Amino acid sequence: MSTPFTDVELARIRADFPVLDQKAHGKPLVYLDSAASTQKPRVVIDAISRLYAEDYANVHRGVYQLAERATRAFESGREATRRLLHAPDAREVVLLRGTTEAINLVAQSWGRSNVGPGDEILITAMEHHSNIVPWQMLCAERGAKLVVAPIDDDGALIVEELERRVGPRTRLVSVVHVSNALGTVNPVREIVEIAHAAGARVLVDGAQAVARMAVDVREIACDFYAFSGHKLYGPSGIGALWGRAELLEAMPPWQGGGEMIESVSFEKTTYAKFPHKFEAGTPHIAGGPGLAAAIDYLESAGVERVGAHEDALLAYATEAVREVPGLRLIGTAPVKAGVLGFVIDGVHAHDVGTILDREGVAVRAGHHCAQPVMKRFGVPATVRASFGIYNSREDVDALVRGLHTVVEVFA
Amino acid sequence: MSAELRELYQSMILDHYKKPRNYGRPPGADREAEGVNPLCGDHVHVYAKLQDDRVAEVGFEGSGCAISTAAASLMTQAVKGHTTAEVRELFERYHELVTGRGDVDPESLGKLAVLAGVREFPARVKCATLAWHALRAALEGAGEPVSTE
Repeated sequence: MSTPFTDVELARIRADFPVLDQKAHGKPLVYLDSAASTQKPRVVIDAISRLYAEDYANVHRGVYQLAERATRAFESGREATRRLLHAPDAREVVLLRGTTEAINLVAQSWGRSNVGPGDEILITAMEHHSNIVPWQMLCAERGAKLVVAPIDDDGALIVEELERRVGPRTRLVSVVHVSNALGTVNPVREIVEIAHAAGARVLVDGAQAVARMAVDVREIACDFYAFSGHKLYGPSGIGALWGRAELLEAMPPWQGGGEMIESVSFEKTTYAKFPHKFEAGTPHIAGGPGLAAAIDYLESAGVERVGAHEDALLAYATEAVREVPGLRLIGTAPVKAGVLGFVIDGVHAHDVGTILDREGVAVRAGHHCAQPVMKRFGVPATVRASFGIYNSREDVDALVRGLHTVVEVFA
Repeated sequence: MSAELRELYQSMILDHYKKPRNYGRPPGADREAEGVNPLCGDHVHVYAKLQDDRVAEVGFEGSGCAISTAAASLMTQAVKGHTTAEVRELFERYHELVTGRGDVDPESLGKLAVLAGVREFPARVKCATLAWHALRAALEGAGEPVSTE
């Protein structure tokens, strides 16, 4: 069992994040929106800046030393990702813009060659739009059907209902590891067993998971795993898809262009091997070392300790907001991580967000790109406070003080 | 609580939020349009009945924040009895008021002046104007939903 950070450790961690040292509307900035995007530690900022200052050239083609260094720096992001996900082979890591692009790649490449008329794609009712829309597009194109497994009133997946929906036509189960709107942690290992027993593949959207729990794709035994760098203290515009080698091998290229080819003539083009087959065009080069630095940072802090720290904060916050009159939590699954979603009676989430902002507290107010989740709970929007490695109990206290101001304004 | 917050959420705005005026579809409404803000999911439906180019009846339905609901409610009171040209002109001046652009005299806008505090909250201008955009679409008879984006 990992332990939360001590006060001394937390103070050191907070000092690693230059952005936190500022005021918002004259109050100390309290950043509680890490589920939307995390802040960056100095080591990540430095890694990006060093790439441009010392090691920059295009990657994978130059014969000169500088280009070799740039390639090595970019590729360090791939190796760090392999380590992060405990993947057997770095070639199974496709570096992309982020989770959304990774899911679209699977939909467009694997999906187009494996999903036909009458086939089914199964998702859950708690998915982010990025794990809904690519499948709707694929289903519309291929004449397939999108099937949705329901969630209960706490926001937990009803696993038996998911199981009932897995059948011979199910080609893929695409499921979020940790819900961005509700915080629900899904039993992905169990879902994989159910899906595989029916011959379906499984994609896990790990955007909210990788920064707060150890992820081992061999243990989960999924077929694809996707995440974004910017949600684990790295830069935006870089992320990865991990896929089983045999699947990536068989998948057709997605976007055409440079980098993804072996040879090109007007008569015939042969494609590069994976992962480069899926990496057309010059990538976000600085994103490679930036991502590697972020993963290094997370590993040195201990991702399980980050998880324990956030769990402790979540428990503290869940208790603390109970004293706020009219507050109702949205998302109370037994296994939760990182996210406190709620509404206040008679007050719209946006008004809560505006008032908190004036108190220096940054939270997300809205539908969190999960409109079906909002509909499920019968609310137009929720307020979401989400935690990161750098958050403290004092941050939660500031949130609660701000919420009392909200109640006072609307009394 | 800051002075800006106090101005934004002053009592008349909260009153119109909690007890919106002209809520619902007025009898005989012959114009309507929907306004949506895809970023927050707020939506408002505005109805009007035109008589000799004047807004004889006006109402709205929808769900939104205090600012968008109060703005819609106050709008219905402000435009009733006015010609479509007057409504257009009023919207222009109101827009200047809530964005802080231009030199409109808040006094000239009557009760709408309570929304002047929005200018300190640029992210909320869309809330304050959503119903107005929908009303304009309704009066112009476009019939297409309007979006803030």
